[in-house]
Amino acid sequence: MPATGALDVPEVPDTAQALSVHGLTKRFPGVLALDAVDFGVQAGEVHALIGENGAGKSTLIKVLTGVYQPDEGEVRHQGTPVAFGTPLAAQRAGISTIYQEVNLVPLMSVARNLHLGREPLGRFGLIDFSRMHREAAETLRAYGVHADVRGPLGELGVGAQQMVALARAVSFEARVVIMDEPTSSLEPREVETLFGVIRRLRDEGVAVVYVSHRLDELYAVCDTVTVLRDGRRVHTGPLAELERLRLVALMLGREMGEVRAEGTTKFGGEHEAASQEPVLRAEGLSVPHQLHGVSFSVRPGEVVGLGGLLGSGRTETVKAVAGALQASAGRVTVAGVPLRGGSPAAAIRAGVSLLPEDRKAEGIVPGLSVRENIALAMLPRLSRAGLVSEARIDALVGTFMERLRIKASSPRQKAGELSGGNQQKVLLARWLATEPKVLLLDEPTRGIDVGAKAEVQRLVDELAANGLGVVLISSDLEELIEGSDRVVVLRDGAVVGELAGDEVTEGALMEAIAAAAVQGPGDPAGREEAPRD
Amino acid sequence: MTEVAEAAGTRRRTGRERTRLTAWLQEYGVYAGVVVLLLFNTVFTEHFLSAENFRTQAVQVAPILIVALGMALAIGSEGIDLSVGSVMALSTSLVALYLGYGPWVALLVAVVGGAAVGLVNGSLIAHIGVQPIVATLALMVGGRGLALVLLPQLEDVRDPGMRALGSGDLLGVPYPALVAVVLVLLVGFTVRRTTFGRQLLAIGDSRPAARLAGLPVRRVLICVYVCSGVLAAVAGFLATARLQASDPTSLGTLMELSAITAVVVGGTPLSGGRVRVGGTVAGAVLIQLLTATLIKHDLPPSWTQLAQAVVIVVAVYAARERGKR
Ligand SMILES: Nc1ncnc2c1ncn2[C@@H]1O[C@H](COP(=O)(O)OP(=O)(O)OP(=O)(O)O)[C@@H](O)[C@H]1O
Ligand SMILES: [Mg+2]
Repeated sequence: MPATGALDVPEVPDTAQALSVHGLTKRFPGVLALDAVDFGVQAGEVHALIGENGAGKSTLIKVLTGVYQPDEGEVRHQGTPVAFGTPLAAQRAGISTIYQEVNLVPLMSVARNLHLGREPLGRFGLIDFSRMHREAAETLRAYGVHADVRGPLGELGVGAQQMVALARAVSFEARVVIMDEPTSSLEPREVETLFGVIRRLRDEGVAVVYVSHRLDELYAVCDTVTVLRDGRRVHTGPLAELERLRLVALMLGREMGEVRAEGTTKFGGEHEAASQEPVLRAEGLSVPHQLHGVSFSVRPGEVVGLGGLLGSGRTETVKAVAGALQASAGRVTVAGVPLRGGSPAAAIRAGVSLLPEDRKAEGIVPGLSVRENIALAMLPRLSRAGLVSEARIDALVGTFMERLRIKASSPRQKAGELSGGNQQKVLLARWLATEPKVLLLDEPTRGIDVGAKAEVQRLVDELAANGLGVVLISSDLEELIEGSDRVVVLRDGAVVGELAGDEVTEGALMEAIAAAAVQGPGDPAGREEAPRD
Repeated sequence: MTEVAEAAGTRRRTGRERTRLTAWLQEYGVYAGVVVLLLFNTVFTEHFLSAENFRTQAVQVAPILIVALGMALAIGSEGIDLSVGSVMALSTSLVALYLGYGPWVALLVAVVGGAAVGLVNGSLIAHIGVQPIVATLALMVGGRGLALVLLPQLEDVRDPGMRALGSGDLLGVPYPALVAVVLVLLVGFTVRRTTFGRQLLAIGDSRPAARLAGLPVRRVLICVYVCSGVLAAVAGFLATARLQASDPTSLGTLMELSAITAVVVGGTPLSGGRVRVGGTVAGAVLIQLLTATLIKHDLPPSWTQLAQAVVIVVAVYAARERGKR
């Protein structure tokens, strides 16, 4: 293997590796997704796999676990060549995987999902539901998820779904556990839970592969790192020896100096939210069992963060504002005009756009092309007399694909074939293209690589500077703090506090969230706290 | 070790070849099927290569094709329209009742009737949230009932204009075939170039995403079923002209199945999000040729159904393999 000579670490003898690939090549029409990649993970090792969006990480994992078949090269399990024909075969061989897009069954109950394929059986070989529910509730409590295990999984937030996927993956007692961006929707507290699980797995001698765009996380749990760039492996070695900037430089294929100049977050900090009238005002929004009289407002040029734990009602709040969730009480005004209609279409017409959290279920239209996905919300405006204007779409799409560096073989590629991060960029493009007055961003940089993340943040900043009002939800605390001029803290579907200006610091925010947690649900004092204008 | 690797390699290769074959089958299989049947008949069927025969085939395929176009739209929106056969029956009853005012008035009334059925279908589906298969099943039963109430028994067509329409032609192309060609172009254009077409595909592919993107989901769905109803009504009108009689008892029976077959065989997935107009045309032609071939070789009609079943199974198999990849 000629490529190996250039690498920083001598090749580990095969038998020590729990799972490895050698000279792996995978092609898709028009794309060389993996190009002669060598990769291996040993027992008792947490191996980080990183790279830009579309570098080939998820593809590598899918080849490792039998979702895709390699075009060239081979997969070895405990040193023996194998060909997993299906993901099930890999699972039976002791390889447990959390894929990037949660692939559980949304309509089935949480408990059922957790036990899928291994339901506890009672008399007559029927599923013992009461035992299954009891066990599921216990298991999930250990992961900090307090959800109704009988309810359909699809009703949980993406973060809680990720925890269910994690609990499921670990419960197989596999010898290899692979996690593709397991934390993209998790809060710091859940991330800690996850790290605890990973460390325990490592101590038990399990081999772990960990994919994430959050570099801090890598340094917290990973021992070794492999960097992919454009389908090629560019580095493998111990992580601790590798400086963060070097890592980013390797990923992006740039010089250290260039990267250093860029720093980490790209939010420009404070915006002038002069004493203008709010562009968005939500008053007493209620949704049965989910929101209880949420009020807040956003002025032009202001970025208002929504803080809180998983299930605190942040996603529901923005959905209710955007008409995606039917509010039972309350009202929304946009630039002084009451928003009527209670549908996403009405909200978009009024200038309110929502980037939803769940890109797989509510965002991407997988069978349509990238350009059609970007133009989707704009179709009426890009049409004349009911006919689509291809030229105008091309102009719009070209701008955004370049600006957000969307990696696709062509604008006509199906959006469902893009890498996760690139799908996210397509959605961002869709909503930015609508030129809204108020942009509601629910986890805007979920699964986006460092380079593009900076670009997205810069874009949000620029739009805010031009008078756009932004509501930002992010489980990445740093992003929330640096991006927001104000943070409204939610708990159990009610506003319980607010931080503004200099108060917006990590410590203060953690404290506000924690204090809210102590106050407990339904604290009237908390609920009444109105946003300060 | 090498043995294992080799075995694995072989398995992998055949697996990939198989998916490639089924992908090809799904994309072009229907065209290949049409070509094979054409060749077979050219060699083995007497008088197949005659202008007269082609005219007959074209006239016969027109109603199936027109109905299949509407079905393709419904299936593309992740729905289905089982009421098309009954709409044809309703159409023929209305034509019989209003032919006294001339064929154009009769056509207009029939089309309004088809649109009304489509409106009810669409409203049940879009506003009340009834499953398409259930809503259109109700209209399938109710529609034929209404047709029989309007016209309890068979009635001959005596209008000369209507007769001309059924048997006449323009430059050798029979009128029904001409109408079908125009409608194919119209539907193809609608799917590819109009806002409505794009929205339909997005809704069929991912309803929640389409809704959040502000698409007028209800309006589009209602339009889809209205289109399907109107197309079925036109098909009923043309069939009446060809048969020179209005027979609401039998006209259009099992038409929904033929139309679904044409659409599915043509490569439009039942899961929605895609409409293949060209494939649908080929699918309708395939079914027509299959029927004609078996009849010409004196095989009983039950064979036609068996052959159709085989074609459906092959088509669905190809689609399934594709989806799994
Ligand atoms: N099913 C597919 N069909 C066609 N191209 C694909 C398919 N799956 C992946 N690709 C392409 O392969 C490349 C690698 O994608 P992959 O999903 O492995 O990226 P990734 O490193 O996981 O990125 P991300 O960080 O965004 O998740 C991309 O260019 C993608 O468009
Ligand atoms: Mg990925």
